[in-house]
Amino acid sequence: MLYVSQLINALQLGSIYALVALGYSMVYGIIKLLNFAHGDVIMVGGYIALFSLTALAFPPVIAALITVAGCTLLAVIIEKLAYTPLRFAPRLSLLITAIGISILLQNLAQLIFTANPRSFPTQMLIPAGSITLGGIQLGFVPLITIFASLLSMAILTFLVQKTKLGKAMRAVSEDMGAAQLMGINVNTIITFTFALGAALAGVGALLYAAGYPRIEPTLGMMLGIKAFVAAVLGGIGSIPGAMVGGYLIALLEVLVISMGLSQWTDGAVFLILILVLMVRPTGIMGRIQMEKV
Amino acid sequence: MKQFHIPMPVRYGMNTILIIALLLVGHLLMESGVLPRAHANNVIQVGFFIILAVSLNLTAGYLGQLPLGHAGFMAVGAYVGAIFWRSGLLPDGASIVVGLLFAGLVAALFGVMIGIPALRLRGDYLAIITLGFGEMIRVLINNIPTVTGGAQGLLGIPRHSSFLVVYICVVITCVAVHMLMKSRHGRAILSIRENEIAAESCGINTTYYKVMAFAFSAFFAGVAGALFAGNLGILVPGEFGFMTSINILMIVVLGGMGSMAGAVIAAAILTSLPLVMQGLAHFHVISYLPGASEHIVRYILQWIAQHRMIIYALLLIIAMIAKPTGLLGNYDFSLSRILEKLIRRRNVGKAEKGGADHG
Repeated sequence: MLYVSQLINALQLGSIYALVALGYSMVYGIIKLLNFAHGDVIMVGGYIALFSLTALAFPPVIAALITVAGCTLLAVIIEKLAYTPLRFAPRLSLLITAIGISILLQNLAQLIFTANPRSFPTQMLIPAGSITLGGIQLGFVPLITIFASLLSMAILTFLVQKTKLGKAMRAVSEDMGAAQLMGINVNTIITFTFALGAALAGVGALLYAAGYPRIEPTLGMMLGIKAFVAAVLGGIGSIPGAMVGGYLIALLEVLVISMGLSQWTDGAVFLILILVLMVRPTGIMGRIQMEKV
Repeated sequence: MKQFHIPMPVRYGMNTILIIALLLVGHLLMESGVLPRAHANNVIQVGFFIILAVSLNLTAGYLGQLPLGHAGFMAVGAYVGAIFWRSGLLPDGASIVVGLLFAGLVAALFGVMIGIPALRLRGDYLAIITLGFGEMIRVLINNIPTVTGGAQGLLGIPRHSSFLVVYICVVITCVAVHMLMKSRHGRAILSIRENEIAAESCGINTTYYKVMAFAFSAFFAGVAGALFAGNLGILVPGEFGFMTSINILMIVVLGGMGSMAGAVIAAAILTSLPLVMQGLAHFHVISYLPGASEHIVRYILQWIAQHRMIIYALLLIIAMIAKPTGLLGNYDFSLSRILEKLIRRRNVGKAEKGGADHG
């Protein structure tokens, strides 16, 4: 019984990591940028969800839509203002800009909402309750988390694999120059990728807030870094890799915590990352690329 | 016409005199108590941030990698130095020197440990692995309380970071990094930044030089960490998180990747900004401003002092978009070069004048 409930925990956490990791992975796949600000977009999403549920008293579905739309809009604005001017700059500059955006968002949130954590009214988003299946109690929150993320990932996979837009995305990530020559509007595709990643982050923000109801300006930092480790572990740039990485990291964390070593979880996550990268420098599902002069 | 050059011994002499003069002025200012406590403390802080920035510049600016775990090396040095100083094995004077060296060496060892696995990785992956190592060091310190005091912190560290000690460390760091970069090893490091594969094909052992740069950088970060411990007198692992690494990186980037003068200036400006703004807000001249503008100016200055991170983040983004090479790019300050230029200009002026007389 205990194992099953631990497994549910791992799946809940892993679903969130996977959703967030997908955002990192897709953006990296397309413009080779480690989008450090991604975690902070989730933090902003957490605040949007909080205020649209409490201060504005919207019904859960509307609040969820507003959160997803807000995250998407924020990511698109960031992309247009900060990343587009650096399209042809060295990648290091782009990475540093992303770090700058991350610090900016964190400190702005601290300025506006203060550094004090606020508790998130989970019941207003997902009703309390549980179902019993074969003697195991399953809470609504983990169930909906797992279900919603699987659904989001299915929609994403469909978008990327079956639609014309998805095809264009894959083409740009394969070879930006050639895609442009084939008549693909690269800028639109890049913006679309950011929007898609941020929409997933919005879903992630809702589910994270529901599962771990504590909203604070630094929320995105550790979540972002962990999800990012998940993306790297799975092979950054690969969509199935990000999902696998997310669940693996969560499984590892729950395992370490259940052994009573909860203080070592962060250490264990990074240790696994280092070990995997040493054996397979491009992650579990990443493609090994040859570098030419 | 043969260009005028100041001979080498004169250059060294000039710089040595300047360094000693600065030391005397600084020492006098600090010890006489003319400076308020907060300002004196700020000077010390600028000192170890200069060491941190110059050492990070070695890997970020000259080697062209992006290490995100510099605070990890700093933490190692801080704890090693603090534990050594607390043990009181040696008399004070010797203890300071040995403690600093010890802190640097252990940190360098960690640098090599990180450098070796990181070698298989390039660019972003290397950045991530250094981030991972930095965080792991913090977790480790947090979880061995018998040695490090854990989350409660390590108390009662002897206050060894006087102006004299910090100043000498800053000078040694800058001179050592400068000399390294002027040597053939330095040129090898630069060539790795410019093009790793081309450097390798020219016979440069990129593995060796990468590890060397990491070890060097970690050594000085460790020394800075020990100075940090000796200044604060108390250490908590939270001080050495990811944000600290980012802060140091911000100094290097804004100063100009690959410019030592830039790193030094940026370290001084960014570290002193809150204090300077606070000081300006209480400055007399502001009260002469007409009407409401006095309050507005004062409010803005205080706001900047309190929310400096917002300003830094904006600066970072604007700098990357407008001038991606940072404040000074890879320009480096050289007193003798400026003097040479002045002397040449004067000589040219004289020659022209002489020519006119003859005509």
